[in-house]
Amino acid sequence: MPLYSAKVMDHFRNPRNVGSIENADGVGEVGNAVCGDIMKIYLKIDDDIITDVKFETFGCGSAIASSSMATEMIKGKPVSEVLQLTNKAVTEALDGLPAHKLHCSVLAEEAIKAAIEDYQAKHKQ
Amino acid sequence: MIYADNAATTQMSEKVIKAMLPYMEKIWGNPSSLYSFGQESKDSISFAREQIAGCIGATAAEIYFTSGGSEADNQAIISAAKIGAKKNKRHIISTAFEHHAVLHTLDKLKREGFEIELLDVHENGIITPEQVKNAIREDTALVTIMYANNEIGTIQPIAEIGEICRAAKVIFHTDAVQAAGHLPIDVKAQNIDLLSISAHKFHGPKGIGALYARKGIQLVNIIEGGAQERGKRGGTENVPAIMGMATALLDACANMAENNSKLLELRQKLIDGLNKIPHSTLNGDAEKRLPGNVNFCFEGIEGEALLLHLDDKGICASSGSACTSGSLDPSHVLLAIGRQHEIAHGSLRLTLCENNTAAEVEKIIVAVGEVVEYLRSISPLWKDKLIGKREFVLPE
Repeated sequence: MPLYSAKVMDHFRNPRNVGSIENADGVGEVGNAVCGDIMKIYLKIDDDIITDVKFETFGCGSAIASSSMATEMIKGKPVSEVLQLTNKAVTEALDGLPAHKLHCSVLAEEAIKAAIEDYQAKHKQ
Repeated sequence: MIYADNAATTQMSEKVIKAMLPYMEKIWGNPSSLYSFGQESKDSISFAREQIAGCIGATAAEIYFTSGGSEADNQAIISAAKIGAKKNKRHIISTAFEHHAVLHTLDKLKREGFEIELLDVHENGIITPEQVKNAIREDTALVTIMYANNEIGTIQPIAEIGEICRAAKVIFHTDAVQAAGHLPIDVKAQNIDLLSISAHKFHGPKGIGALYARKGIQLVNIIEGGAQERGKRGGTENVPAIMGMATALLDACANMAENNSKLLELRQKLIDGLNKIPHSTLNGDAEKRLPGNVNFCFEGIEGEALLLHLDDKGICASSGSACTSGSLDPSHVLLAIGRQHEIAHGSLRLTLCENNTAAEVEKIIVAVGEVVEYLRSISPLWKDKLIGKREFVLPE
């Protein structure tokens, strides 16, 4: 059996929504270089809807695939719904991850939440 | 497919496979059996034992067959520790970048009350004989230092260390798993007491190795169960694999000079090509390394992603990133030579053999360049360095 599911490999080879957004409404970055993975999520939000999302990731295959999948799952969704996104949902959408790679999906969830927090903090001002 | 992971394992040569077949098809008797059919197997492995001994300057009675390098390392170290303990010597000297077969065995001994001293391997990945000399104490039971490192290929001054240990009457073990068949070994001239080898690193079969133990060194059994290997390693001998190992080692030693001169050219070409990638660095000494070993770090990327993309391009390689080691930390070897975690995560090991070609090396250089550039283009870490938000670690 290969290390990763076909879905993980598809998102790793052809990541969706790679890049950055200039003047993003919310930006979230989690992870650190020492641990070997950093995820950065950029959000464009209009009327509380995620109208655009981009990511940049320094990390392994499952980190890149998890970021890609997570951005696909939240695009077009209302912020309230996106806040309910769990790492479990990201993992399931990828048809599973090896046990020692589950933290990659946690990072994806955390990066998105960090970006929304950034948006909400800016929004309040 | 371009296979550039020969430190992981090698392809068995046709000659080796042919040497093994008769011992599966015709001469399959148990060497411990009394009848002549069994004795034929016994004679065959005796011949193989002599051939292997001849390749490393030992005598046949000093060669013990094992399941591989790890078992040989375990048995060598445990044996030396027991010999030391009898004389109340419980200090063991080693290095921080040994194979885990050595380091984990040393951890076990530490829990049993031994004091383990790991010598610094410096930025070039080479220890000095003086370090060993200065570390040896009255109660030193063993010095265990690898011949050549499995990740960065750096070659240790084995003969000098052997001389120091012999003069101090301290047992010297070397894990020669990466060196056997690739670098000259003479256990007598190099004053080696214990030495481990593994057949699949020199085009032999997997699951077979050997421990050389100098006459007079009392081995402790790891595997109990029979009179095989002069009572020091139970279990029916893997006759086909033993025959394959002997053929492979003879072949590797006979062609060593020719293979190495070819490999040195390929290695230089590969190093020169990869050096052109900005913010990258060669790990380990540029000269004193195994002829087929190239190990680089590329800043701003992670090694597993690099390996997966290289696999898509048909290139087999390995990395010391945490994600490929199955732990949270990157390679202990790269950390031992002082690479920061961030840099160690972006490592790539390419290990060539004499069957690789210059055309393959050119393809590897192009492929690695493309993948590193792509992964950097999607890396927030790299972007931060480009805009000066974070500092580059490796020079351009």
